[in-house]
Amino acid sequence: MSDVPRPLPNLAELDTRPFWEAARQHELRYQVCNACSGVVFYTRRHCPHCMSFDLRWETSKGKGAVYTFTIIRQIGHPFFRARAPYVVALIDLDEGFRLMSHVIVDKDAVDSVAVGQRVRVAWEDYDEVSLPVFTPA
Amino acid sequence: MPSQTRDAAIVGIHEYPSRSVGADMSALRIKAECAIRALEDAGLTTKDVDAIYECGEEGAVHAGIPSTPEYLGITANITDTTMTGGSSFEFQAAHAKRAIASGKAHVALLTYGSTMRRGGTALGSAGRSYAAGFPHPVVNLEEPWGLTLVGDYAMVARRHMHDYGTTSEQLAEISVATRLHATRNPQAVQAMTDLAFKGTGELTIDDVVSSRVIADPLHMLECCMISDGGGAVVIASASVARGCRQKPVWVLGGGEAIKYPENGGDITTSAAARSGPMAFGEAGVRPDEIDVATLYDSFTITVLTVLEDLGFCKKGEGGSFAQNDRLRFDTPAKPALNTDGGGLSSNHPGMRGIFLLIEATRQLRGQSSSQVANAKLAVASGLGGRLGSRHAAGTVVLGAD
Repeated sequence: MSDVPRPLPNLAELDTRPFWEAARQHELRYQVCNACSGVVFYTRRHCPHCMSFDLRWETSKGKGAVYTFTIIRQIGHPFFRARAPYVVALIDLDEGFRLMSHVIVDKDAVDSVAVGQRVRVAWEDYDEVSLPVFTPA
Repeated sequence: MPSQTRDAAIVGIHEYPSRSVGADMSALRIKAECAIRALEDAGLTTKDVDAIYECGEEGAVHAGIPSTPEYLGITANITDTTMTGGSSFEFQAAHAKRAIASGKAHVALLTYGSTMRRGGTALGSAGRSYAAGFPHPVVNLEEPWGLTLVGDYAMVARRHMHDYGTTSEQLAEISVATRLHATRNPQAVQAMTDLAFKGTGELTIDDVVSSRVIADPLHMLECCMISDGGGAVVIASASVARGCRQKPVWVLGGGEAIKYPENGGDITTSAAARSGPMAFGEAGVRPDEIDVATLYDSFTITVLTVLEDLGFCKKGEGGSFAQNDRLRFDTPAKPALNTDGGGLSSNHPGMRGIFLLIEATRQLRGQSSSQVANAKLAVASGLGGRLGSRHAAGTVVLGAD
C-alpha cells in the first residue's frame, strides 16, 4: 500500500462540518427547509429553493439506489491507484438527496454494480472522520 | 426568421502549429505569437485592438489582471477575463459581439496559450487538485472518493446507456470520424506523432472499443489528448471587417449557461440545452441548417450529449444519430463534426474552446483540410468543467456571407 494518505474532509469547513461531525457517529445527515420543506444537499447555511435560513438537520435511513456510476481503473493518486479498480457512484437516497460515494464490492466483482441497484450505507473509519460508503442491499 | 444581426465578424485566426513545444516557448509567448499572427491574418495591428479577452491561464503578475495588453502593447477599452474552462472562448466571443454591437469596441482579441503537456499534467486521471487550506464545501464532500475527470464524464455515459440504450460502438463513431479528419490535417498528424500515439491512421469502431478502459464505460480512444498549444481569434465590427484581408465570418448568435447537480436531476442533459437555443434564437438559425459543428470533444460522451442538447436530434437519439459515418466531412448528411480532428486527435492543451472558433472559421472561409462543400453556417459549442457535475456551456453560431 502507498504511504500517501487518502484525501479526507477538512472538519473546519463551515457548510459541511455538521455533516462530517454526524458521520463520525455513523449518521448520514442532510437538511430540510422548515419554510418550504425542500430537501437541501449539499449542506449549507441557507435554502437554495426559497432563500430561508431556517433549515433543520435530518438523519437518513441510509438506503437508496445507484443513479449512475463509473469504475475507476486509472488514477495518478497513489492511495486510489492501490485501491483500483473501484466503483464511484452517485447514490439517490430514499429521502430525496443525491450524493457521491463508493459502492464497496470485491475488485473482481466491480462489473456486478448496476444503475438502479439498491444499496445501503456502511462506514469507513479513519482517525478523525468516518466516510459513508455503500454496499449492495 | 428573426432579424439577423451581422454586426461582428471573426476576421483573424491563428492556431499555434505545434502541440509539443520546445524549451524556447512559454504560454505567454504562445499567446503573443498567436495574437500577432491572427492580427496579420486580418490585416490589422495591435494598435487597432481596443478590446481584450483572456482567461489568465498563463499566470498573471497580479491575479485577475490580464497581462497581454502590456506584453503586446495594447490599450483596451474593454477587458473581459471570463474564465469558464473549455467554454471560455465561446463566452468571450459572445461578449465581444455584444461589446462591438454596443459601439464600445471595434476590434476584439481573444488569446490562449498552454504548455500543459510539457508540464506533465495528467489532467484526465490525476484525481482532483488537493488544494491546501479551506476547501469549497463540494470539494469537502467529494474529494475522498477519488473520482477522476474521465470518471465524471463516464458517469454521464453510463446513465445515457441505461436510459437510452446507447452503446460504446455508437460513441466510438465520434472517435472514428474525428480521427479521419485528423489524418487529413498535417498539424494533427504531427501532433499525434509528437505525442507518441500508437497509430496516426484512421480508426475502426473495433479499435476504439477494444482500447483500454480508463473509467467504465469510457475507453482510451474516447479521451482527448493532452497537448501544448494555443490560438488567437480577432473579432471586428462590420465596418472594420469590410477592410480586412479575409472574408468575414459573422458571429450571428451566442448563448451561455452553467449547470450544476440537483437532487433528482438528469445527468444526461448538459448546459448546452440552454446555451444552444439561446444562440440559435439570436442567430435566427435552426440546427438542421448547420453545415459544420465544432463541439468540445473532451470525451466522446461530451459530443453525443451536446449534439442532442443543441437540437441536432432528440434527447436519447445521439447514439443512432452518430452512426453510419454521418459526422464525416464528405457525406451529404449534416453536420460535419470537428473537421480539424478535434481534441481527440488534433489539439487539447486544456481549454480547446478557441480551436472550435478557429476551425469553424476555416470552414466558412473554405480553408479547412477537410472542407465541407459550400459551408455557410457553423456552430461552435464549448464545454468546460465536468459534464457529470458542474460545467459551463458556451455556444456560438457563425455564418459566412
